[in-house]
Amino acid sequence: MKRAEAIKCIAEELENELVVCNLGFPSQELYSVKDEPTHFYMLGSIGLVSSIGLGLALSTERKVVVLDGDGSLFYNLGSLITIATQKPENLYWIILDNQSHGSTGFQQTYDPEVTSIEQLSLAAGFKRLVTASNQEQIKKATELFKQKGPLFMIVKIDKGNAKVSPIPFTPEKIKLRFMEEVKKG
Amino acid sequence: MQVSAEAGKALYEALIKNGVNFVVTFPCNWTSCLIELVADDQSITHVPVTREEEGIGVAAGAFLGGRKPAVIMQSSGVGNSLNALASLNLTYKIPLLILISHRGDEREKIIAQRGMGQALKKLLEGIGIGYFDLVDIEGTDKVITNAVNASYAENKPVAAILSPFLLLEE
Repeated sequence: MKRAEAIKCIAEELENELVVCNLGFPSQELYSVKDEPTHFYMLGSIGLVSSIGLGLALSTERKVVVLDGDGSLFYNLGSLITIATQKPENLYWIILDNQSHGSTGFQQTYDPEVTSIEQLSLAAGFKRLVTASNQEQIKKATELFKQKGPLFMIVKIDKGNAKVSPIPFTPEKIKLRFMEEVKKG
Repeated sequence: MQVSAEAGKALYEALIKNGVNFVVTFPCNWTSCLIELVADDQSITHVPVTREEEGIGVAAGAFLGGRKPAVIMQSSGVGNSLNALASLNLTYKIPLLILISHRGDEREKIIAQRGMGQALKKLLEGIGIGYFDLVDIEGTDKVITNAVNASYAENKPVAAILSPFLLLEE
């Protein structure tokens, strides 16, 4: 299962949660599958998708889903500690894990024989962890969005990007549209 | 050198007066009094983070969520925030009050702070972030208010650079 298929599967299970999506292909693939005002598409600031998600989750009652990647996670590893410490019950943090930086040519990020992202999350203090590697498991994992978070969800995917185009919105439009949506409550 | 509790209180009151309700902090002994007041105030969401870049992301998320955030960092931390400020705040036009304790300049004992201390203003200017100098307690209310107003008028981060002559006792 490549990233676009996993994103499509996750998007089909969402029920109006706010979504903060990692930059590069993840955002473009999410946009191409389904575009909603509940989506905040990141365009820069690699690594910060989970931090933006945290700030948002601490500022709204609504549920916040973070679509992150293994490469992005490692750019902001301290976020594991901060989010585990803050324990926002409305945050659901998904790592789309292909062991590489998919948007820049698939440079390897880590060797699963050496490092375990699951163990990193548990050691940081996450109590709710789930992994999925096919559509059925993704559907089952997203059932947990109905329960309290924070949830740390790892989706194992294969390398590969979909044929998608850049998102045709200015950053300001993405921001304004999203903030209007958040205000609705 | 003693850290000025009076300066901490003046800064805290200026934040409250300007409606700041979400504060991200990083380690700094010169602003420790201010950080303590923020941490003790239950009406403020206080998020200590592990690194300045991370904190810029958290503050941006809070703004998207309808809050009025501030970050309190050292001049050395600005170096760790530049890409986040440029590719997140400036790109999306997200305001932010940045309180920066100006290390590495006058009254600094730690040599390693000097590099970023002397570069601070050039770096902020380099990415297009305006700043106000705050050098004494009397100016606190006015400078913080001006910085917040400028930030929200221009929809971009604005810094208040906190001089050691403000933050430290004589």
